[in-house]
Amino acid sequence: MNVKLRYFAWVRERVGKPEEMVEVPPGIATVHDLMTWLSSRGEEYAYAFDNAKVIRAAIDHRHVRGDAPIKGAGEIAFFPPMTGG
Amino acid sequence: MRYIATMKAIIRLQREPFDAAVLTSELTCGRSDVGAMVTFTGVCRGDENGESIAALTLEHYPGMAESEIERHVSQAAERWPLSGVIVIHRYGRVLPGENIVLVATASSHREAAFSAAEFIMDYLKTRAPFWKQVEKTGGKSWIEARNSDDAAAERWSAVHHGHEAAE
Repeated sequence: MNVKLRYFAWVRERVGKPEEMVEVPPGIATVHDLMTWLSSRGEEYAYAFDNAKVIRAAIDHRHVRGDAPIKGAGEIAFFPPMTGG
Repeated sequence: MRYIATMKAIIRLQREPFDAAVLTSELTCGRSDVGAMVTFTGVCRGDENGESIAALTLEHYPGMAESEIERHVSQAAERWPLSGVIVIHRYGRVLPGENIVLVATASSHREAAFSAAEFIMDYLKTRAPFWKQVEKTGGKSWIEARNSDDAAAERWSAVHHGHEAAE
């Protein structure tokens, strides 16, 4: 499945790009699976997702938990806890 | 200006500074049913943990930031009898002393206006996709999220429904 990934704040800095299209291999079912798979793609990803527990995710602009299924997602975003306001 | 249910709503993300007084007058202008208006303005401090800062830079997730704010404004409108809400949030570089965020709530009575303003602000801090980076003389660093902000947002869901839990 093809999906657009977006990265924000220090996740973006560590990955080294704000967004990319990826072809997700079969068997990657959840947001957590996706983070584990991304970590294996290279040093910069391993660094970005090193502390995966603190990283938040959104699918198509809605906050989701790590166990959320990614099937049918158009855009998945990864970012640190938010500090707006 | 739009309407969420029967409530006047102004929700805007912008790079430019804003004038809180001009904006809030929009909620009372030409109507006599507003008995209370609460406004909160978040201002960029000149120091962070005792060290002076040059500026803050706010990164945001366009599209999601608007929809998250709208969702929480709609929830506030369901919970309290509000006649109007304004949320303005800046992004980009903000200098010490400049406004960052404005939340204004209008209602016929003060309890609703106070509670709704706090509710919206607490969710802005923890759920709206914005990230602050601080510029000091030594370089740039990302501001870390605070547990006390999560706790402040939590108290609203404790008395609300469980539907936020999955998020």
